[in-house]
Amino acid sequence: MKKILAMLFCCSMLSAIAQVGDGHPRGLRGSAPLDKEAAAPLMPKMINDDIRRGRAFAMQPPVIPHQIESYQVDRNFNKCMSCHGRDRVPDSQAPMVSVTHFMDRDGNFRSEISPRRYFCTQCHVPQMDVKAPVDNTFIDAEKTVAVKKGATK
Amino acid sequence: MRPASGWLRLKALARAYWATVSRPSKFYSLGFLTVGGFIAGIIFWGGFNTALEVTNTETFCIGCHEMRENVFVELQPTIHYTNRSGVRATCPDCHVPHNWTDKIARKMQASKEVWGKIFGTISTREKFLDKRLELAQHEWSRLKANNSLECRNCHNLNSMDFTRQSRRAMEMHSTALAKGEKTCIDCHKGIAHRLPDIKSADAKATVLP
Repeated sequence: MKKILAMLFCCSMLSAIAQVGDGHPRGLRGSAPLDKEAAAPLMPKMINDDIRRGRAFAMQPPVIPHQIESYQVDRNFNKCMSCHGRDRVPDSQAPMVSVTHFMDRDGNFRSEISPRRYFCTQCHVPQMDVKAPVDNTFIDAEKTVAVKKGATK
Repeated sequence: MRPASGWLRLKALARAYWATVSRPSKFYSLGFLTVGGFIAGIIFWGGFNTALEVTNTETFCIGCHEMRENVFVELQPTIHYTNRSGVRATCPDCHVPHNWTDKIARKMQASKEVWGKIFGTISTREKFLDKRLELAQHEWSRLKANNSLECRNCHNLNSMDFTRQSRRAMEMHSTALAKGEKTCIDCHKGIAHRLPDIKSADAKATVLP
């Protein structure tokens, strides 16, 4: 029994090795051998065009269309709020943080950002100017119905 | 009567000194005095200026642990320390005016910092954090008062190509800055060091990126 298992394991390993080079994505590691370190790719640039991106689903936290390098968000200071804060919006013309950010966990609205929504990059992320290593097949919820209908026909 | 006699002695000394100084020289030629005075002037002025410039270097600033372990560490990851073009702004570039009179005025103010060093005003990290808001406000009001002079030593509005800036930067610079309604420090606080809790001190603090 043990021998058979060992054989099976070897076969599966061989087939895995054979698959290398067949166009399957190999993740961040790239094509470098396991005992070698691949050359690191160049640092991508953060997208900084200020054009608001759509949301893939209703509750998706909008992505940040500008660079946020070295923005200070800590106990003392929140740089994002210097434009997106409620009192700063008239000057900056930036979108205000949504009203859910003012709710505490009991659903009461506070006048200031709730501590649980304070650290912006927990949900909101900037985008890098790179080609995704894997193609995205995501379909918007509204379109899935139409796609399914099309498939059944 | 000791103080009075002391005063009288001092007065006599001053009078004797004045008598020597106000009389023409008895032993030295006019040429020696002129040339000697000129050379001594060069040595004194050069020495003064060299000493002044020594206190105007990054090495001097981070000679003290207060600067080396707090503000200097915070400067290092910022764009004013390392960047693609390899230009670095060191401490005095932003914190000491380049113009001579203003520089001397700032250097005289800085004697307070010697006092702070001797008595350990910010000798620990905790003391520094407690004091940092006040220290930051001093720098902000100084830059506000001189219309961000130290920024403008390198960043000149007339040399700015708005089309090369991001849209937000362009909008702000071409309006508020160009009209002179705002100055650099109004929006660009905390670009070289971490910001303290401003809100607790001033709810209307204007800090834009």
